[in-house]
Parts: sequence; C-alpha cells; structure tokens
Amino acid sequence: MFGNTTLTQFIFGRLTLESFPYHEPIVVVTFIAVALGGLALLALVTKYKLWGYLWNEWFTSVDHKKIGIMYIVLAIIMLLRGFADAIMMRLQQAIAFGGNEGYLNPHHYDQIFTAHGVIMIFFVAMPFVTGFMNYVVPLQIGARDVSFPFLNNFSFWMTTAGAIIIMISLFVGEFARTGWLAYPPLSGADYSPGVGVDYYIWGLQVAGVGTTLSGINLIATIVKMRAPGMTFMKMPIFTWTSLCTNILIVATFPILTATLALLSLDRYAGTNFFTNDLGGNPMMYVNLIWIWGHPEVYILILPAFGIFSEVVATFCGKRLFGYASMVYATCVIMILSYLVWLHHFFTMGSGASVNAFFGITTMIISIPTGAKMFNWLFTMYRGRIRYELPMYWTVGFMFTFVIGGMTGVLLAVPPADFVLHNSLFLIAHFHNVIIGGVLFGLMAGVVYWWPKAFGYKLDRFWGLCSFWFWQIGFFFAFMPLYVLGLMGVTRRVSQFEDPSLQIWFIIAAFGAGLIALGIASFIIQLVVSFLKRDQLRDLTGDPWNGRTLEWSTSSPPPEYNFAFTPVVHDHDSWYDMKNRGYERPLGGFKPIHMPKNTGTGVVLSALSIALAFALIWYIWWLAIVSFVAIVGVSIAHTFNYNRDFYIPAETVTATEDARSELLADRT
Amino acid sequence: MTEKAHTQEAEAPQFYLEEEHHPEGSTMLGFWLYLMSDCLIFAVLFATHGVLGRNYAAGPSPADLFDLPLVAINTAMLLFSSITYGFAMLQMERNAKMETLFWLGITGLFGLAFLGLELYEFYHLIHEGAGPGRSAFLSSFFTLVGTHGLHVTFGIIWLITLMVQVKIRGLIPENRRRLMCLSMFWHFLDVVWIGVFSFVYLMGVLG
Repeated sequence: MFGNTTLTQFIFGRLTLESFPYHEPIVVVTFIAVALGGLALLALVTKYKLWGYLWNEWFTSVDHKKIGIMYIVLAIIMLLRGFADAIMMRLQQAIAFGGNEGYLNPHHYDQIFTAHGVIMIFFVAMPFVTGFMNYVVPLQIGARDVSFPFLNNFSFWMTTAGAIIIMISLFVGEFARTGWLAYPPLSGADYSPGVGVDYYIWGLQVAGVGTTLSGINLIATIVKMRAPGMTFMKMPIFTWTSLCTNILIVATFPILTATLALLSLDRYAGTNFFTNDLGGNPMMYVNLIWIWGHPEVYILILPAFGIFSEVVATFCGKRLFGYASMVYATCVIMILSYLVWLHHFFTMGSGASVNAFFGITTMIISIPTGAKMFNWLFTMYRGRIRYELPMYWTVGFMFTFVIGGMTGVLLAVPPADFVLHNSLFLIAHFHNVIIGGVLFGLMAGVVYWWPKAFGYKLDRFWGLCSFWFWQIGFFFAFMPLYVLGLMGVTRRVSQFEDPSLQIWFIIAAFGAGLIALGIASFIIQLVVSFLKRDQLRDLTGDPWNGRTLEWSTSSPPPEYNFAFTPVVHDHDSWYDMKNRGYERPLGGFKPIHMPKNTGTGVVLSALSIALAFALIWYIWWLAIVSFVAIVGVSIAHTFNYNRDFYIPAETVTATEDARSELLADRT
Repeated sequence: MTEKAHTQEAEAPQFYLEEEHHPEGSTMLGFWLYLMSDCLIFAVLFATHGVLGRNYAAGPSPADLFDLPLVAINTAMLLFSSITYGFAMLQMERNAKMETLFWLGITGLFGLAFLGLELYEFYHLIHEGAGPGRSAFLSSFFTLVGTHGLHVTFGIIWLITLMVQVKIRGLIPENRRRLMCLSMFWHFLDVVWIGVFSFVYLMGVLG
C-alpha cells in the first residue's frame, strides 16, 4: 500500500493544496465569515472565562436535560447552514433562465442540493427530535435520568462529530454531488472518484452510531424507568410517540449503516455490490436505503405528532380526545412505515403487482394519520382554546399538513407517480409534510417547553412574526413547485430554457425570503426573550396549566428532576394530581443517587472525526492511529468503576426550600 | 411506608413515594436491543447475499471454492466456544473466580482458532484469484463472513478485557453484568454463524 508513494502522500494522503476551494469566491467569503465568527465566539468564551463552565456543566454532562438542550442548539445551528443552501438554490433557479447560467456552476449547485438534504434531515430534524425526546421523556415518565446516561452523552457527541465532518467538507475538498441518498452507480468510485461521497458516508456513519445508541437508550428508559403506576396506557402521548420513534430508529438505522458500509466497500475495496458490472446490482442499494429511508420520515413526524397532542390537550383544557385510538394509530403507522418503501421508486419497473401492493399500503397509512387529525380536531371541539404560540403552530400544522398528506396520496397512485416521479411536485409534497409537519411541530415544542427548560416564556410578538412568516412563506415557496411539477419540471436542475417557467421560480424565491424572515424572527425571539426574561419569568413551573408530569417540577428542573418519585394514577397525571389535592412535599428528603459527568464522550467523538477525516483523505497512518486510540479509550473507560455519587439530603432540602420560598414570595 | 402515609392514603391518593425509588436495571434490555440492531446489520448482509449470491460473473461458484470439511471444523470451534462460555457462566454462578477465568480463557482460544481458520480460508481464496472484487457473489460472501469474523475479533478483545477486570476486581456485580452481556453477544454470534454455515456454505454448495 505504501510502496511507491512519496513522503507527502504518505503524510497527507490525497489531501493537497488544490483540495482547498480557494478559487471559489462564494466558499472563500463563507469561510472568512465563519472563521471570523468562530474566532469572535472563542475570544468571547475565553474573555468571560467560560471554558471551565462549558466543559464541566455542559460538554461532559450526563444530565438528559442538558444533553437535550445541546442537541437542539446543534439543530438550530445546522438549520442556518441548511437554510443558507436552500436560499442559494432558490436564488439560482430564479435567475438561471434563457442562457443565463446564474451564479452557481453545476458542480457547486449539485453539492448544495445534496448538502441541503443531508443537513436538514440528519443534522437538523434528527437532533431536534432527539433533543426533545431526551429533554422531555424522562420528565414525563417521572424518572431521574435516562437508562444509560454516559451513552447519552456519547450519542450526542457522535451526532455532533457527524455534523462537523459534513461542515469540514465545505472548506476542505468538496461534498457529494449525488443527491441526499447518494444512489449508485453515480456515487460509486467510477463516477464520483473525489472525496465528496466519502464525506457523505463517514459523516452519516459516525452520526448513525449516535442515533442508534440514543434510540436503544430511550427505549430502555421508557420501558424500564417509568414511575410507579404509569402503565403503558397511562403514558403521555409524547412518550408514546417517542417510544415508537425509537423503535423505528433501532429497527432502521442499522440498515442504513450496513448499506453505507457496502457502498464504502465498493468505493474503498473494489467490491461489486452496486456496480454495473461483475454481477453488481445498483437497485439493491435503492431498495436498502429506502427500507431505512421511509421509516426515517416517520421517525421525524411521530414525535411532532406527539408534541401537537400535548399542545392541543393543554391549550384546549381538555383530555385528549381518543387517547387509546391515538396510541393505536401511532403503533399502526410505526408498523406500516416498513411496508411502503418501494413507493419511492415505482418507476424501477418491478411490475404491476408489486407496485400495486406498495401503492395500497401507502394509501392505508393515511387512515391512522387521518384518525389522529380528527382526534386533534375533536379535542379542540368545545374546548376552551387559548391561542398561545404553541397553538398557532399546531393549527398551522393541521391546515398545512393535510394538504401535504393529500398530495402524498396522489403520489401513492403508481400511474400518477410515473408522471410525477422526481418532479418538483414531489419536492413540494415532502417539504409540505416536513415543514408543515415536522418543523411546525418542533417550533411548537420550542415555545411550549422553553419555559420548562429556562424558567421564562418566549416573547409573543416575535413568536407571532416567526409563525406568520413561516406559514405564509411556506405557501409562497412551495405552491409554485406543485405547479411546476405538474408542468413536468424535474428536480435538481440548475438552469432552465423555457422563460415561461421563470415567474414561478421567482415566486418561490420570494417565499424562501419570507421563510428567512421567519427564521430571523425566531432568533430575535430568543434574544428578546432572554433580555426580557424577568418580565416573562414563570415561578410556578406550570405556566400553561399543563397536564403531564414535567410541569409538576420547578422550571428549570433540579438536576435530580423530582425530589420524590411521583406515583401515577391517570395519563394526564399532573392534571389529576392538581385536581385531587396534591401537596408539594416540603421535608423528609433523602440522598439522591446520580451518575457522574465524564469527558470520554467528547474524546471518542474527536477521535472519530480524526478517523473519518483520515479515511476520507486516504491518510492511512492517521486512520490506524485514531482507530487504535478509539478502541483504547473505550477499554480504558470500562476500567473506571466509580461512576456515580449521591446528592446529599441537605442539598436536596436546600434546593427544595429555595423553591418553596420563591413560590411563597409569589403569593 | 410510614403511618402518616397510610392515613393520607385514606383521604387522598398517594402522589409520590417517600422512599427512594429503584427502577429495575435496564442493562439486559438495552443490550438485547443492541443485539437486535446488530442482527439487522446481518439481516441486510444475508439479504444482499440472497440477491447477489448467484451472480458469479463467469467466475468461480461456491461448489468450486468451499472446502466444507474445513468449514465444519471451523463451525465446531465456534460451537465449542459457546459451550465453554456456558461453563464459565456456571462457574461465575458458583462464585469461583479462577475457574471462571479458566473457562473464559478456553473460550478465547476456541475463538482464536475459529478466526485463524477463517483467515486461512480467506487467504486461500484470494490466492486462488477469488477475492472480494471478483464477482458480486464473492463481494457478498467476504462481507458477510468477514463482518461475522470482525465481531468475533471484537468479542475476543472484550473477553480479554473482562478477564483482566475479573482478575483485578473479582466477580463483583458490575463484572457479573458485563460477563452476562458478553455471554449474550457470544451466543448471538454463534446463532448468526449457524445461519452463515447453512445458507452461505451448505446451500451455496448445493447451488
């Protein structure tokens, strides 16, 4: 392997000066902006001596609440990157008409649409959803932490490592130009010899480890750590949807891992899984990746459904209509999501019978989803609705998502799909369900649980601005794509000939601009609320008159969550407790057993980045060194048996007494 | 439960435990879930072999390549190692540290013998020009069998680590839990190998 290479090649692999895209002005300007911003941030952290605080209180923390918040911070940062890609595409397509090549060459444009998809799914939606599950589930089930707290920290850092690997590709080398699922043979070594697909593979593999382990962790938590009395049919709906989501994660992410491993063997070891010759079969990849990929979209939407269920019940002041049917609908969706993958490639040519089967299963999924929609509507019916911010997002979701759902049923008809396959109609459809469903749900979740996490509500005015810009911007941005798709415009095109199409792309770009204002309003909302936090403060821990256990503790909750483990009698357990004369315990506290912080997760994550970078650039010595280091650090970690400690009863008493005083001051 | 809690129970339901709550351990469930996720990786590799396993690309077929007596010996090594791991667990239940270590050591040796024979087979095949790049059949064969071999390798590293830990700390509850996890892992690899032996080797030679 090393026989006829020079020393530089040995040290740097295929990384050369030419690998840095300094001849691309857009990338250079971005790099300068990111570098200056990054340096400023580092300088500020150093100036205010925050490194110790960040390291001890956050990075090494095994507290599910802090890990949940870190996941969401990661998601919001990556949202900005993913959205920057989106608005660049909208701008390019709005101007690249009639011989005008626009400002992005095809080489660059292809990387942008790939990066946009990868980042939005894997590094925005996934960490956002995982962050909520991490933060909320243990509180909702009355637990002190997740089942495996260190594993939780490790999972977060592996997800972050994946995001960092993808971000490195922006400035060192290039990203994949294959679309977000990297179909072979295009993604094979013959047609994509560069580092782009390797960045894609290793970024997702590293993040996938984190996602799978976090799924295992949360299933074990929900099954084993529920408070006494909380039977499965007394779990809050968000916990139910989290359980189903995590089952989907554990049951599908290994498929992604294996599929990408096979692709990387094709690229690195010269095997013939997905090649055109020597017996390879590219459609095998397409099947496998969608066996993961379709459940993946339900991994994203189910927790959002859970959030809407919590929000609707809370802000209508009623029990959720049809709790049991909601649970069954969630489980049915979970199972059906495995039986529809082929609808992503009806045009493969599997024949009428196979296509009919998958078309019908796809249409059947709309039944439990429809049942959920009616449950929410019936919960609102004759409810005492309070239009707080989370409720805006929820109603916006119901309106928008139903449109996306119906276009999905259209696409599920195989003959119609033959016409609409890979058209902008499809793009409009899945943005309709992912923005109108997942993103609106996540935004509802942010405004709903923010007071729990930080002790103050978010500013209403900027929240409304954000909602309306998103809502209106969405329709401006994506309705034109439905029209264009019906006219036959395909996806992933960077230049157009027919000038009559341009007006639709300009409208879509205008919509993207409105969405940019929506994101800006959201960021302003966070800043303004932080500055006005004393006016927006909530001392009760229960600002919305909530119904589930997370509202029974203080905001933000103490690190042990509950001084005494709650006992549950009803699925709206906190509401039940409030109604039947619950009194907060004031004494008799016991020492609480908690896990210790550890830096191993950060170290393993950093080594994984080094390993991935080495594999991407063929720097074999670094690959070997970092791999051995990963194994070594993991083994060393298991020699530490001293992993937990007790919070003394006096500390618990002091914390609880402080809260009692705050509550007394209020009245 | 104190007297006070009892009287409260009569008028208002009990809303919290006054004693420390100890949920039952999650490790076994968590490890089972991990094994099932690993099982899915093997499922993908089996499925790929099922689809591509007859695509010889005018190259050698299983009947030309596989040396069944060698594979049978190999299988025996792995099955024996599962039995000896079982002996180790029995000794652990008796709290006999040295005997546990002895049987773990035997298990490791059987594991190494398995890996040695597998590497010999791979070397032999590649030497004959039947490497993983020759055809889709060989790609899927090497990947499925190699992934299993990689798991056995990590199992052996884990086994050695645990032997050191048992040696240092004895059969404390943490180490018993870890031995139990490795036991599940080891038997799981055995089950996967039975699938490999039946579907890849036996049915492959039947052609």
